[in-house]
Amino acid sequence: MKLIPCPICGERAEIEFTYGGQAGLTRPADPAATTEAEWGAFLYARENPKGMHRERWRHIHGCGQFFNLTRDTVTDRFIP
Amino acid sequence: MRFTFDGADYDARPGDTLAAALLRNKIHLMGRSFKYHRPRGVLASGAEEPNALVEIDRGGARRTPNLRATVVEVFDGMVARSQNRTPSLRFDIGAVNDLLAPFLPAGFYYKTFMWPVGAWARLYEPMIRRAAGLGRAPELADTDRYTQRFAHCDVLVIGSGPAGLAAATEAAATGIRVILCDEQAAFGGSLLSDPSEALATQLAALFANPRVTMLSRTTAFGIYGDNLVGLAERVTDHLPDPHPALPRERLWQVRAKRIVVAAGAIERPLVFPGNDRPGIMLGDAARIFARRYGANPGTNAVVVTACDTGADVARDLAASGIVIARLVDLREGFRVTGTHGRLRVSSIEIDRGGTRETIACDFVAMCGGWTPSIHLYSQAGGKPRFDPGIGAFVPGTEVTGLTCVGACAGDMPPAYRAGVAPVNAEGRAFVDWQNDVTAKDLKLATREGFRSIEHVKRYTTTGMATDQGKTSNINALGIVAGALGATIPEIGLTTFRTPYTPVTFGTLAGLSRGDLFDPVRTTPMHEWEMARGAVFEDVGAWKRARYYPRQGEDMHTAVARECRLVRDTVGMFDASTLGKIEVVGPDAAEFMNRVYINAWTKLAPGRCRYGVMLGENGFVMDDGVVGRLAQDRFHVTTTTGGAARVLAFMEDYRQTEWPELRVWLTSATEQWAVIAVQGPRARDVLMPLVDGQDISAVAMPHMSVVEGTMLGIEMRLFRVSFSGELGFEVNVPADYGHAIWEAIWDRVQVYEGGAYGTEAMHVLRAEKGFIIVGQETDGTVTPDDVGLGWAIGKAKKDFIGKRSLTRSGMTGPRRQLVGLRTDDPATVLEEGAQITATIEDRRPLGHVTSAYGGTTVGHSIALAMIEDGRARVGATLQVRMPNGAIPVHVTAPVFYDPEGARLDA
Repeated sequence: MKLIPCPICGERAEIEFTYGGQAGLTRPADPAATTEAEWGAFLYARENPKGMHRERWRHIHGCGQFFNLTRDTVTDRFIP
Repeated sequence: MRFTFDGADYDARPGDTLAAALLRNKIHLMGRSFKYHRPRGVLASGAEEPNALVEIDRGGARRTPNLRATVVEVFDGMVARSQNRTPSLRFDIGAVNDLLAPFLPAGFYYKTFMWPVGAWARLYEPMIRRAAGLGRAPELADTDRYTQRFAHCDVLVIGSGPAGLAAATEAAATGIRVILCDEQAAFGGSLLSDPSEALATQLAALFANPRVTMLSRTTAFGIYGDNLVGLAERVTDHLPDPHPALPRERLWQVRAKRIVVAAGAIERPLVFPGNDRPGIMLGDAARIFARRYGANPGTNAVVVTACDTGADVARDLAASGIVIARLVDLREGFRVTGTHGRLRVSSIEIDRGGTRETIACDFVAMCGGWTPSIHLYSQAGGKPRFDPGIGAFVPGTEVTGLTCVGACAGDMPPAYRAGVAPVNAEGRAFVDWQNDVTAKDLKLATREGFRSIEHVKRYTTTGMATDQGKTSNINALGIVAGALGATIPEIGLTTFRTPYTPVTFGTLAGLSRGDLFDPVRTTPMHEWEMARGAVFEDVGAWKRARYYPRQGEDMHTAVARECRLVRDTVGMFDASTLGKIEVVGPDAAEFMNRVYINAWTKLAPGRCRYGVMLGENGFVMDDGVVGRLAQDRFHVTTTTGGAARVLAFMEDYRQTEWPELRVWLTSATEQWAVIAVQGPRARDVLMPLVDGQDISAVAMPHMSVVEGTMLGIEMRLFRVSFSGELGFEVNVPADYGHAIWEAIWDRVQVYEGGAYGTEAMHVLRAEKGFIIVGQETDGTVTPDDVGLGWAIGKAKKDFIGKRSLTRSGMTGPRRQLVGLRTDDPATVLEEGAQITATIEDRRPLGHVTSAYGGTTVGHSIALAMIEDGRARVGATLQVRMPNGAIPVHVTAPVFYDPEGARLDA
């Protein structure tokens, strides 16, 4: 079981966390102004890199906070 | 010490393994092979043993199969038995398989048992499982106790041979926390064959150091993420009469800053015809049995070697009083062409340049070189590299936080670096003893087109089963590489998976058995419900009362009676499992506006609204009544199953999209007990209990909420209805739930009412056409699809999911919620049944989502999601039931009090 560095609580076991998907997505400020394709991409298009992946985690069984981490999907290790 | 093996009585010495004790008693025949039932003895002396699998029977449920005789420690009175033989080890009728061997090559069952298809499960598989196999699984539930521990250390050293001891001693000297584990009963590894004063001193220093934890009989079976190591400690299996307070085994989950793997190396057998007879064993195993255990495997040995360790083995065996009939060095042009002896080897045939010779012997020692134990290194993500000098793989890439030392790192004396030994693949030359895979089987697999070693492994089963090919993998790779004209690195290596050696289910499960297997959530009224004979159903982790059968009632009768109570007088229902979230703050209303489809700004404090929540994809995710307690405070309810998901969803938006909103979310599910009081008499029931609160229809209309007290206890009283009748939901602090329930129960008795369960609740709501999220909806349903378009706050510019409601495909012909009636009022449709336009037409228009008999409307009812359903009201469609299609009439989804007059009573 991996250790995940929570920025508030420190390193904790993976079992305390939930995965939150790709980081850096921002909900459009005015969804009604988005095109069909833009909104579709916001809903469904996600990166699936072999290598560095910026992603969200939530320390749900701890402080409850969402935070971002970079993980190398090849080695399954977090990159500080 | 005395023990029995297959009923015969033998002597053993303290410290003996079963294999050592049997050898000292001149017993070589210890098992029958997996497929051909060939007689087998021990091949190895430790955890890598493929052959000598036995059953240890401690009586009752304590019967353990498939234990390696080379690992099992003998205790006084031990009962051991051989496996996979009928009627006896010496005469096994299964050995007929060996005569049929020409017809049972690799993959024979893929080719043979093809037809008829139905015979596989009934005939072939049970037959094969009986004929080929390992031990008998225990039939009784495990009566032993297993515990689990978590530990942290600076350095975890795995293996206590010379390299591991040196690493542990060096680490301990710096004062850091060290754990040293070894799979054997004693520490020392290879040093145990020559016990010395130095070893004793070194161990004493480690035992005396309070910062060092010494774990013997403890196998490091797996490395998981970030240096978490699983250790299986065998606590009592070696004891004749264990103290009942001790667990049988203990799982350690060790988080180590640094792991030192000192797992050593495993000797390789040689591949030649007839190399599997009892008495033919690894050279080092023979030496360990003779010197460490004083159990000479025989008196007259032939040593066959492919490297310089052969001479060492011959010398050490001779020093133990064994006659060395011949040292056969394959590097001098010799080949082994066969062996003789039915239940034990009696001679060996060798050949050099056409000159054959038969040498009599009573055991054979094979020295085929050494394979570093890189299992844990590889599990940790290391990429091994092939070392041609050793003839095996060694650690290649660096692994953060892990170091390999000693033989497992490829650090071994020149004599041990044997390269790849020559193979004589003629006849029955075994590569994998446990799976009965011969060199010919591997060559056959390559001829049949298998190229990848992973595929060869699956086809021939080489390297599988309990030993995972510890003695066979490298030899198999060499043969496959040779057959394909490739090198071993080109062929690659099969994946090393956990566990290193078999781990019991008990160790992994620990205390998570029976009642502790899965947590159960119960409401404050659970004991009461149990006492009243409620039948419960699982909803998530919750136990919910489904119905309360009276004497002689079946579910159908009980539910019908409970529904009638609510319609005619009054019923009470435990709704405590409903999810509850307190949404608080100056921006609470704005937050609610964004999260729900409804408009909240104008909802006055003291009023409630039925809220619907969508995912960003526009589909219904959850629903529930929300009460506004104050300008800045909402009491939100969710579905029972959706509570955690909804709170996490809200938190996500609160933290990451709208951090500027001043709003806080708190789960209150477990804080409030909720008692629904529903029926025409609901107000009469509650009136005397609410401490003077005015709950008249004027003061407290449908969809309102007040904070007050009930019998002096803090109360939030909602006037809401999921039954279609006049209804209230009483929220009181959970600690008072049971007491308040009893008080309401007494009042309900006055009106000849009663309790009802989730089943009646479902029927009552379906009669009203109220949906259940997850039953009418399935994650592809919009609010309009289920007739909830009215709930959308039309003036709102945005809310979660709004944009998706106008995407293409969301507005065209869609499946909509309707009701269904059958001609026969007693017919109850099948939930999930598909619906078509006609009997001939097979295109599904939708499906039945809910269906109930025992209703209060005089006929069975059903809800369904049907394409353009609202336009089909009045039409007749076909529901495809298990016994054929039956006609149904499409109706509006409300069967009872469509005007809602009873809600406002």
